[in-house]
Amino acid sequence: MHIGYKKNILLQNKTSNKTQSIMGKRSQVIERDAVVIRFSGDSGDGMQLTGTLFSNASALFGNDLATFPDYPAEIRAPQGTVGGVSGFQVNIGHKEINTPGDYADVLVAMNPAAIRANAKWLRKGATIIYDSDNFTEKNFLKAGYKDDPFVEDGLNDNNLIAAPIATLVKEALKDMDMDPKTVQKTKNMFALGIVFWLFDRDLENTELYIDDKFKKKKPLIADANKIVLRAGYYYAETVEALNSSFKINPAPIAKGTYRNITGNTATAWGLIAAAEKAGLNLFIGSYPITPATGILEDLAARKDLGVKSFQAEDEIAGICTTLGASFAGNLGVTSTSGPGLALKSEAIGLGVMAELPIVIVDVQRGGPSTGLPTKTEQSDLFQALYGRNGESPVVVIAASTPSDCFNYSFKAAKIALEHMTPVILLTDGYLANGSEPWRIPSMKDMPEIKPPIAKYEGKEFLPYERDVETLVRKWAIPGTFGLEHRIGGLEKTIKGTVSYIPENHEKMTQLREDKVQRIEVPDLKVFGESKGDLLVIGWGGTYGHILTAVSEMREEGYDISAVHFNYIKPLPKNTAEIFANYKKLVVCELNGGQFVNYLRMKHQQFNYHQYNKVQGLPFTVEEIKDYCTILLEGKKNG
Amino acid sequence: MAEATKIQYTAKDFKSDQEVRWCPGCGDHAILASIQKALAELGIPKEKYAFVSGIGCSSRFPYYMNAYGFHGIHGRASAIASGVKVANPDLMVWQITGDGDALAIGGNHFIHIIRRNIDINLVLFNNEIYGLTKGQYSPTSHKGIVTKTSPYGTIEEPFKVGELVIGANGRFFARTADYNLTLSTDVYKQAANFRGTSVVEVLQNCVIFNDGIHDSILDKEVRDDRTIVLRHGEPMIFGKERDKGIILDGLKLKVVKLGENGVTEKDLLIHDAHEPNPGIHYMLAGMKYPDYPVAMGIIRAVESQTYDSALVEQIAKVKEKAQIKCVDDLLHSGSTWEV
Ligand code: SF4
Repeated sequence: MHIGYKKNILLQNKTSNKTQSIMGKRSQVIERDAVVIRFSGDSGDGMQLTGTLFSNASALFGNDLATFPDYPAEIRAPQGTVGGVSGFQVNIGHKEINTPGDYADVLVAMNPAAIRANAKWLRKGATIIYDSDNFTEKNFLKAGYKDDPFVEDGLNDNNLIAAPIATLVKEALKDMDMDPKTVQKTKNMFALGIVFWLFDRDLENTELYIDDKFKKKKPLIADANKIVLRAGYYYAETVEALNSSFKINPAPIAKGTYRNITGNTATAWGLIAAAEKAGLNLFIGSYPITPATGILEDLAARKDLGVKSFQAEDEIAGICTTLGASFAGNLGVTSTSGPGLALKSEAIGLGVMAELPIVIVDVQRGGPSTGLPTKTEQSDLFQALYGRNGESPVVVIAASTPSDCFNYSFKAAKIALEHMTPVILLTDGYLANGSEPWRIPSMKDMPEIKPPIAKYEGKEFLPYERDVETLVRKWAIPGTFGLEHRIGGLEKTIKGTVSYIPENHEKMTQLREDKVQRIEVPDLKVFGESKGDLLVIGWGGTYGHILTAVSEMREEGYDISAVHFNYIKPLPKNTAEIFANYKKLVVCELNGGQFVNYLRMKHQQFNYHQYNKVQGLPFTVEEIKDYCTILLEGKKNG
Repeated sequence: MAEATKIQYTAKDFKSDQEVRWCPGCGDHAILASIQKALAELGIPKEKYAFVSGIGCSSRFPYYMNAYGFHGIHGRASAIASGVKVANPDLMVWQITGDGDALAIGGNHFIHIIRRNIDINLVLFNNEIYGLTKGQYSPTSHKGIVTKTSPYGTIEEPFKVGELVIGANGRFFARTADYNLTLSTDVYKQAANFRGTSVVEVLQNCVIFNDGIHDSILDKEVRDDRTIVLRHGEPMIFGKERDKGIILDGLKLKVVKLGENGVTEKDLLIHDAHEPNPGIHYMLAGMKYPDYPVAMGIIRAVESQTYDSALVEQIAKVKEKAQIKCVDDLLHSGSTWEV
């Protein structure tokens, strides 16, 4: 699980030469366990696609990997400015990869702004491949430099590879009948070609992809992209080559069929899988909101599987149509992000009162208010737990990697359906847009889902009659003979009659809470030792970074372990039992300290340290390690 | 389920065992009776009905119906009803709402359910006041009304329900009055049989907070002269003596007296509820006393594809050609690789 460098092999080429032209037939091949590559340019430069294609090629080659796209909130911010920089980072490895990496080993920079935006995210000695045609004085100024960016940011010691990409694509496509603007749009493919050579990747699959995408409608564009991709590759190999290339051997991963998947797609697909398992129709009522929109889009595309997607007029209609669909017997889901969750609050309360099965996916982003729409954060936890009027318990669960969004959205639906309750699934911008290879599960191995659908038994149906063990009520689906009943937001008796009787309200309030608390959730599993000096506690999307930090520190000889929470309400039963075995506890989360305070309330006997970050960015492995080292006072085992 | 075929109902079959809690004399009692009567006459199995409401006096309605019922939250009934119908198109969905619920807090959902043409029946009890919160003006209160929140009179113009419905591309709009059991039962039945969002505005009296608000047009003495019941295919005649009518004068509607200035029945407009062009319907829906009689009955009924049926068709069409037939297919679609 260790991720890092083979210590004896360092990046060997540190010469600073912007116009080097060494013939480079793989004269040097550097073997690495993992390498982080970042593609960066204007938001119109096609960096997301470039990064995705490189990731796919690496996955196909057999590397493990994790990706993280990072784009501005503005669709097209002014060209060449730092605000308009769009980046895509991928960490590829010969070992298990759990994060997209803190620092880049290779940066592809399409303009000076890309240097400015990434200078502090480069590993020492990183290779920087840049479009020298774009490194003009005018562009320096736009990016906020006075002069040469490499001098100003002290990057001259890096391995700088200047490639006049604009000129080279013009040259490569000079025989094609294309306007200059379209020609320049292929620049990203040139950069990709260079990187393909650098990592010795096969071009074929990418060419197939280009054909698939363009060949039918725009054959000229398809050909141009393929020509430029090869031009970039050959350029790296022969003309103005890099003097070394990387070798990242395939990772020893479990046998099976794999695909790359983002968190949003995994979330969407997990919901469809749950509907199929439960034998129900899936209904999504939702409103577009960054970074959750992908879920609605992915589900809207699944008419082939009978998904009913309803793009509502607003967030409130999103959840209210979902409640209506659930009342009518569908698996009702809605997707949103923080501001949308706020708008849905009242209706979630109706779901609690009516005890209807719905799933609310909250893809968290930086807040409050509009906040940082495209950035990641974990600051909706309190909103999910408490952001409603009245005593309003819902199940709260959180996914921890892009691909396990599939399992947790499946589980969210399973719990909602089997326990007749709203479930809030928390993911975040980092999980939603990040991707990783995923071993495709088989539907026959997924657990059964058995919703408590009521049958007519020749007597009056009592909507709030409960199972004595689970306290779950039955789901009487409209259209079923003899089960006519009324539910709604007013407090009710077991019969569904409106009731203002004080004792009844208190009893029902308690029952609703107990029903949630009685849901069985899996026990926590410790990564590391069953007791020790320090336990690092995390939840949701910080899993990869925490795990990597803790495993690296364990290899370095520290007595450190980790637990990760996916079930927040109810908490796993063995929580306190595990906490008791460590001298120190630290809760790491991307907010001001919400989970740690929840734990302080639920398990008051412990003393918790906390490590928080609210920058709209994931943790870096390094900062977690630094903080844990301080807590351990630098003391290693023995 | 042999019982399911029993479709000989009386109004009583639709009464629930809940005690009706509206104020004595409230117009809601009569509306309840006429809907129960209409349902009994429709002959659709009882379990197919779902009643959805928001918040307000009118929204208590589902509790009093022996059918599936969902009492929602303020303003959101149109959205909830949309979900019910789209998810389960076999149901006959009724939304019961009021002027505050549908046009103030729920205005957005109201226009969007109409725009989408989801096949539900939306009955809007218009008493021009907030009753449940004890007497504040609503979006349909006439300008200048003195209420608890407008002690000096309101300074804002009201909505006219019909204009809003037609403005939102509504296909069905009807108006009736709470007391008028015959007209109401007929209107509800036609609304039920209409495919699309059918909006019925019921002029309803709130005896407690806005008593007599519709009296200027609905009082026994004056109602025949101040309202006109429109019937498709029939000339627009009204009046106690059936001596008045409506003609199109240039671009406007005009009230005429039969026999005066040579006007005969032949000159009158023939009501065409099925005309797709909403121009005349819009004018009819907006007619206001004293310039015009207030139009009652079915003002507009123009069928077109409903959202719910279009969705079912789209899904069927996509499924026909689909490569992906189950979740396993989906998970293996696109680029995958073997390890
Ligand atoms: S307050 Fe008015 S509308 Fe409400 S029940 Fe009483 S009379 Fe009817």
